[in-house]
Amino acid sequence: MADAKPGNAAPAKKAATGAFTPAGVSPNRRARRSYTIRLWAVRHSRFLEWFYHRFADLFLLLHPLWKAIGYNRVEAPITFIERNVKGLLFDCRMCGQCALSSTGMSCPMNCPKQLRNGPCGGVRANGNCEVEPDMPCVWVKAWEGSRNMVKGDAIMNVQKPVNQSLRETSSWLRVTAQAAEARESAAAAKDA
Amino acid sequence: MAHIDENPLGRHLPLDPLPGHSSRGRLERVLRRGEFAVTAELNPPDSANPEDVYERAAIFEGWVDGINAVDASGANCHMSSVGICALLTRMGYAPIMQIACRDKNRIAIQGDVLGAAAMGVANMMCLTGDGVQAGDQPGAKPVFDLDCMSLLETVRIMRDNGKFLSGRKLTTPPQVFLGAAINPFAPPYDFRPYRLGKKIEAGAQFVQSQYCFDVPMFRDYMNKVRDLGFDEKCFILVGVGPLASAKTANWIRNNVPGIHIPDAIIKRLEGAEDQKKEGKQLCIDIINEVKEIKGVSGVHVMAYRQEEYVAEIVHESGVLKGRTPWKREENPGDYRVAERLEALKDGKTENQEEMADVAAHRPH
Repeated sequence: MADAKPGNAAPAKKAATGAFTPAGVSPNRRARRSYTIRLWAVRHSRFLEWFYHRFADLFLLLHPLWKAIGYNRVEAPITFIERNVKGLLFDCRMCGQCALSSTGMSCPMNCPKQLRNGPCGGVRANGNCEVEPDMPCVWVKAWEGSRNMVKGDAIMNVQKPVNQSLRETSSWLRVTAQAAEARESAAAAKDA
Repeated sequence: MAHIDENPLGRHLPLDPLPGHSSRGRLERVLRRGEFAVTAELNPPDSANPEDVYERAAIFEGWVDGINAVDASGANCHMSSVGICALLTRMGYAPIMQIACRDKNRIAIQGDVLGAAAMGVANMMCLTGDGVQAGDQPGAKPVFDLDCMSLLETVRIMRDNGKFLSGRKLTTPPQVFLGAAINPFAPPYDFRPYRLGKKIEAGAQFVQSQYCFDVPMFRDYMNKVRDLGFDEKCFILVGVGPLASAKTANWIRNNVPGIHIPDAIIKRLEGAEDQKKEGKQLCIDIINEVKEIKGVSGVHVMAYRQEEYVAEIVHESGVLKGRTPWKREENPGDYRVAERLEALKDGKTENQEEMADVAAHRPH
């Protein structure tokens, strides 16, 4: 049978199993047809968590350098690198306020509803997405990933709504600048 | 004797807020008193006729403690929940306004919360909403600016801190009883109880569950919820409803996201002579089972297109234990309307034709 609904693989086969087959319209349709790398990242969430901590420390160590060049000036190249590295690993959507550490290394912006606080009630019995029947639910994966992580319980924190004005900016630099500021104000408080 | 939820000085007077209560609503009073609450869902009309809403609400009168006004459930276009609430509060019903994040961004939602609270809506339920693909207009833009959790937090901040999300002050904050939805019947099953905890942290005071057809599964969920102590921090209402036939049940299973119907239920319906009657009996049986589970504070009856059965289901399951939920109350705004009607009766009103006539005969 011809594929009647684009973006919905083998609809006849799925209909035969009784699975819900939605209309083939999804503005969030994946560019990638498979989720291999993203799922790899979730399986290795513990390693990525360890790695990110080292990486964040390094970035903070480089704070004087960023400051010397100017955060504004390094923004563009760092954003370019961040977009491509995280795009490859997590299918990052550049929301600019990365929550990967609290979501088991499964990027919540890949959820068609962009939920940042847990799965919706529409998850299929096989653990796939309500909107995109071929995609494993981002939050089912996030829960699995968080169980591997040292600080996996961060998934229990209530996340603030996305600040849309931070889209397409570097989350790495923002976190570094904030950490540096916190460190400086702590040092200032100590001196006083 | 005056109804327990009436102002002792007169039925027409608004209720005083009780200490520790966040709303003036009666649903909150019933739940906090420890009574078994019953809520129902109003089937939103596809029409601009207010009578349709009144008719559909009248069926529930005297049987339920709150009427859910759904916000385009299943992503299908219907009369808006704000509109339904406006009509229901005008007639003195106690609606539970559902707010879905699918169609409105945070600017529109906060405005609607204020508007609804001003009309006298005392209960609000914060939902994520079904994806647009499930509805009749799959080409629509899914908004999902907030999610159910940040929506709960937003309304809680508006109520408790008297501020918008932006930090701007409200002169009169909305007094609302906050609700949320739970679905213990969808993966990841281990995470679901913790998610309830997150919702409580974000501000949920009561929750209504998705249709419960699998009681053992719900029991497991409640065991975990009780272990975590969440049943003491919020009121849990179990979603139930009659299935019209085995065919409907199958259709729901395949087409409505997030509803889990075990095979045994479908078999039972198929085996029955009168499937509609069996569906109703099944609903009553499930209510009788879940009401015994510790931590359950009420039921939410969703009898889509079978609303006339709600009264029978509530009556036959005996969950009200002889209690009569209030029928209708006067809306605090009724005074203003009465005043206006008086003024219209006594005062001089403008007659456009007359005025035009005068103007035509007296050129300057």
